Amino acid sequence: MTPDQPLLPAPPENRAYLPAVEPERQITDWGRSERVEGALDRTLYEFLYHYWFRVTVEGVEHIPSTGGALLISNHAGALPPDAAMIAKAIKTEHPRPRPLHLTVEHFFKGYPGLSMLVQKLGGVPAHPANVHRLLYDEEQLVLVFPEGRKGTEKLYKDRYRLRRFGRGGFVEAAMRARAPIVPVAVVGAEEAMPVFGHVRPLQKLTGLIYFPVTPLFPHFGPLVGAAYLPAKFRIRFLDPIPTDQWGERPWDDKGLVQTVAEDVRVRIQDELVDMVAHRRSVWFG
Amino acid sequence: MRVLITGVSTYWGGRLAQALERDPAVEAIIGVDRRPPKVELHRTEYVRVTDSHSLIRRIVEAAEIDTVVDTRLVVDSIVTSPRLAHENNVMGTMNVLAACGGEGNPVRKVVFKSSAHYYGAEQDDPGFFTEAMDRPHAPGTPIERDIVDAERSVREFALRHPHVTVTVLRFANGLGPALRTSLSQLFGLPVVPGILGFDPRFQFIHEDDLAGCLEHAVRHDIEGVYNGAADGVLVLSEVAGLLGKRLAPVLPPVGTSLAASALRRAGVRISPETLGLLRYGRGLDNRKLKATGYRYRYTSREAVIKLREHQRLAAILGDAQEAYRYERDLEEFLRRSPSVRPTARRPEPAPANLAPGERRPSVLGQASVCYDDLEAGELIALLPSLEPEALAELAEHEREHAARPEVMKAIAGLQGWEART
Repeated sequence: MTPDQPLLPAPPENRAYLPAVEPERQITDWGRSERVEGALDRTLYEFLYHYWFRVTVEGVEHIPSTGGALLISNHAGALPPDAAMIAKAIKTEHPRPRPLHLTVEHFFKGYPGLSMLVQKLGGVPAHPANVHRLLYDEEQLVLVFPEGRKGTEKLYKDRYRLRRFGRGGFVEAAMRARAPIVPVAVVGAEEAMPVFGHVRPLQKLTGLIYFPVTPLFPHFGPLVGAAYLPAKFRIRFLDPIPTDQWGERPWDDKGLVQTVAEDVRVRIQDELVDMVAHRRSVWFG
Repeated sequence: MRVLITGVSTYWGGRLAQALERDPAVEAIIGVDRRPPKVELHRTEYVRVTDSHSLIRRIVEAAEIDTVVDTRLVVDSIVTSPRLAHENNVMGTMNVLAACGGEGNPVRKVVFKSSAHYYGAEQDDPGFFTEAMDRPHAPGTPIERDIVDAERSVREFALRHPHVTVTVLRFANGLGPALRTSLSQLFGLPVVPGILGFDPRFQFIHEDDLAGCLEHAVRHDIEGVYNGAADGVLVLSEVAGLLGKRLAPVLPPVGTSLAASALRRAGVRISPETLGLLRYGRGLDNRKLKATGYRYRYTSREAVIKLREHQRLAAILGDAQEAYRYERDLEEFLRRSPSVRPTARRPEPAPANLAPGERRPSVLGQASVCYDDLEAGELIALLPSLEPEALAELAEHEREHAARPEVMKAIAGLQGWEART
């Protein structure tokens, strides 16, 4: 994808030359729109968070109040609601609410409509340089789903079984930015919009990344099909993993990167098993 | 410093020449281009050249040029025909670089104006290109191919001539009253055209900053590649809002180039490189140049606001604001005719161009006219502020011209006092 990043990490003094914030603007340099995001946040997210999914949050204090941090979470559901709910949880529960940037596949930048919406809601294409700028230079919170598409297209029968965590690119990004990794376990997204199968010809036709069959889609059309089932959500933020504990250039040690990535995956998987084991009902928690 | 500017008919080329003219440390400024300059220049010598710039080497050697500012690259396909653009961009770059190298060549610095089209605009681009990044895909449009080709030649030149400081400036889309680009044309339409379902990120640079960045590179030794782009990345709908217009998604997301060619029939030309920008947009990391000390005068947003002010004025005043036209014979007359008053020849305090090896006449020599105009009393009051050499020069001047006894006496007294202490 990207051949080489010789300048990463960027010279630290460059941080002083970041563009100043222009208070007249409502859109950030990433294309995130306060207005669009705020409108959705006050209406749909508010409703989903409090009444539909009735989100319970644990360990929100593990999110640092200052500096960059990389949030790693499991990912599920045909139209995954987990990112929005994690962002909303930080906004609602954290003593110092901070915006959350979500890395998305490059596919979203190229798909008409989605490209506008995802960008305005804080989605940033998952390019290593983007993650580094956000984490290191701008000291923001970044949410990464290392499972990516493999997580959202996985079928209902495989629920709560984490997929492979890519090549550990997210660990490398956190190491270069010297930002802590905060693993996040989310229960509920798997049942909110479970995927029972895929229709490949329709996927080809629409140019989407997948064309799922869910309880309401495609037979009730796109509008009703986009409705979630009212599963109970539980979000647990786990202990942060500092990434500046392995010396000068830990990202050169690919073995270490893989080990840390696997460690994060196992932590989230164990936590999910624990949470699902204690859950009495899918709908009431 | 002896400077050669290619592309002096462009706005930034002309502005750079004007800025350098005021500096007495710049001994000579030569401007070359296919077309005459569009701004008033007092001592810049304009030489007309062809697209391929094949005779520049003779100018460089004859005038002992040590700094070449190459602003001639065509980075917008609506400016000229593709064939001429290619001639200018590929053959021209080759010839300009050939003029800067070789045995005993006087050139010590090359500033090359390139474009952010070098990076292209693709789906899997980073949000902010840094100078170290390469474009992820091969260039798709002729202009982009030219730019990549030209930059490759510059890189090779820099490798083979380590004693020459080579600066490459990759500029974002320029905006400003004086610039006619494919983007300013689109933004001049009653509605801003876009592609349905896309709201791409755009970054601009104001025309004054274009000239400012070039001047910064001439005055400071900054080697390597630098992005030139104002702070702030706007989305297209934001740009349309700032211009007081609506964003009209007239282009469909599929078959976009087909629709664009249909629009071209209707008179709206959208260049192929702009089509890429309208879909994916582009952002640049401008911090490397800022770290060398350059301060941008305008942000992207302010550049758009400036453009909007110009559009409002143009709607009322038309093109009546454009005043200057280059007339070769008039320029020659004003600069060289013995009949012209010296002050009319150089109304600005701009010093004259010098031949190689020639020394600039002393400050006093230039200002002697005013010294003769001064009353004796006023002149005596000024004497203590002069340096000893200037004082000696003034004494000689006074002896030859006015020879006022009280002035002569005062000078002699001051010189005697200086000799004692």
